Amino acid sequence: MKRYARLIAVVACALFAFVFMGAEKAGKAAKPKGEPIRAKIGVISIITGAGASYGEAITNGFKLALGEVNAKGDVHIDLKIEDSTGKAEQALSAAQKLINSEQVVAILGPTLSTEMKVVGPEANASGVPIMGTSNTAQGITQIGKFVFRNSMPETQAIPASIGKAVKKYNLKKVALLYGNDDVFTKSGFDTMKEVSEKLKLKILTIEEFQKGQADYKAQLTKIASLKPDAVFCSALYNEGGVILAQARKMGLKVPFVGGNGFNSPKVIEIAKGAAEGLIVATPWFGDRNDPKVKAFVAKYEKAYGKKPDQFAAQAYDAFHIMANALKAAGTADRAKLRDALAATKDFQGVLGKFSFDAERDVVMAPNVLIVKGGKFTIFN
Amino acid sequence: MFLEQLINGVTLGSIYAIVALGYTLVFGVLDIINMAHGEIFMFGAFVGLLVVSKAGAPLPVAFLGAVVVTAAMGLLLERLALRPLRGRPGASHLASLISTIGVSILLENLAHKLFGAGNHLFETPFAEISFKVGPVTVYLVQVVILFISLLLMGGLALWLSRSRAGKALRATAENLETAGLLGVDTNRMITATVVIASAMGGVAGVLVGMAFNYINNQIGLSMGLKGLAIIIFGGMGSVYGAMAGGLILGLSETFVVAYGSSGYRDAIAFVAIILILLVRPQGLFGQAPAEARR
Repeated sequence: MKRYARLIAVVACALFAFVFMGAEKAGKAAKPKGEPIRAKIGVISIITGAGASYGEAITNGFKLALGEVNAKGDVHIDLKIEDSTGKAEQALSAAQKLINSEQVVAILGPTLSTEMKVVGPEANASGVPIMGTSNTAQGITQIGKFVFRNSMPETQAIPASIGKAVKKYNLKKVALLYGNDDVFTKSGFDTMKEVSEKLKLKILTIEEFQKGQADYKAQLTKIASLKPDAVFCSALYNEGGVILAQARKMGLKVPFVGGNGFNSPKVIEIAKGAAEGLIVATPWFGDRNDPKVKAFVAKYEKAYGKKPDQFAAQAYDAFHIMANALKAAGTADRAKLRDALAATKDFQGVLGKFSFDAERDVVMAPNVLIVKGGKFTIFN
Repeated sequence: MFLEQLINGVTLGSIYAIVALGYTLVFGVLDIINMAHGEIFMFGAFVGLLVVSKAGAPLPVAFLGAVVVTAAMGLLLERLALRPLRGRPGASHLASLISTIGVSILLENLAHKLFGAGNHLFETPFAEISFKVGPVTVYLVQVVILFISLLLMGGLALWLSRSRAGKALRATAENLETAGLLGVDTNRMITATVVIASAMGGVAGVLVGMAFNYINNQIGLSMGLKGLAIIIFGGMGSVYGAMAGGLILGLSETFVVAYGSSGYRDAIAFVAIILILLVRPQGLFGQAPAEARR
């Protein structure tokens, strides 16, 4: 038995070597013969648990782009999707699995900034390029030179939306409301507070809530009693939609300015008429008059039966950016892929014209939108 | 603002109380904590939602539908997860706790598959009816929730203390074997208890949907944990304890936000519970030694 085991091990080793040689050859020989560059890319997303709706949109975006990229034939990507359940420790073990046993060339995800703060350093230390498609907190790409993101940080989006709202409605006094148990919503709040102070707005009160809370009436009643000109609310759309519904119901009709997480058709789906007057700044605008955007929306709707949200669009673009970089790198090598990614400039995606800055962060112009007549429209 | 916050607190507290009543009923008879109660409650909410918004049926039908489905789930829970473990030699108290946790995980994921992730708007014309009392807007739903929770509490207390079935139930709770020897069909009593508790969960689910405007497949968990804290706080197995505990938790959570800091909402509410338990370890309405319960 023992001898057999050894024999099998030897054969396995030999096979392994062969496979690897093959991969190396295929990679090198790719260009002249037109053979695709084969690469395994890991995805860490929330498949189950409280944030599963985000993970669903994100993985749908990846899969849609995967089909296009593989059909084109320059590169052939194999996706390995892992579930983080929205927990940092789970995301970390998923990353370790992808890096060490799956030997992926790069990682897309994880979904939450909270998770990226833990996973980013691990990938960076292992020299694996990692690109967040939905992390918008501060200090993400500063983790290290292998960490990228294509999701616009709140620090870029929020000043745009608040600036426009203040001008249009002549806002003087505002109330702030945010989720205090998430890096994403907390950092959005920090930016809102900073911008409000810079614009010399009077902050009447700062209220907090927790993810998954059912009842926001206590906070909203307090805010309503102070009679603000507007409410700046840093929340993800799931909580945000409910907050809007409950606020409008109790008679708080002032404009709401939301963070990036508020930008999803789901806000309107959840809050219905209560979403009217919500202002967001966002890289993604699904009704933009752009053939690329229209084609993406139609394709996504056909495949998944619903309109793509920001998370799906960002994932879709991120995958194409990754595939382009892989093609530019010419081989499935982690370090070469990193350099190719960092060189990405003026990529024309469904979000618009996209480049990485020197710190591998987003360079892009946001759209400021308002909900009117049951859909997002450009806010002027 | 005080009156509005008072109404918010009472509404929240009444909902907590109804959830806690379901826990306390099962605990009082079976001495087990039914961890699946929160998820059954969540299913009640979804059935109500489907009946009202998808089928467009009137509200009473939603309650009826939720009660029928959750009662059936209670029946299945008892048959499949509780009865096989009951009276088995060597089966510990914890066995049924674990089996109900299993059921709760199953139900949560089943709801994810059936209804999808994320929040669903719970829209009924009934939830929009409001009237003004002085400067304060009161929604009819809020009154109904308080009314239903008081009705359920009163009805349960009366049923347990006065009716024949209630007496049999208490006998079963006191001692399963003796009650069986004296001619009480203990299996039927236990099944009835679990079914009634589950049906109450269904009612609570629909009420939550109306009060908060939305539901998702995670509300069972968050509401369930609150319900659990309340029965410990109010006194295990006590009907009045569940009611009082629910109201106190709901009011304290609301007023912490209103006059304190919203970031400490849960912290202060639970610190208050711990303090009360330090003074009265058996809970507000609990009786000191476990054997002498009721």
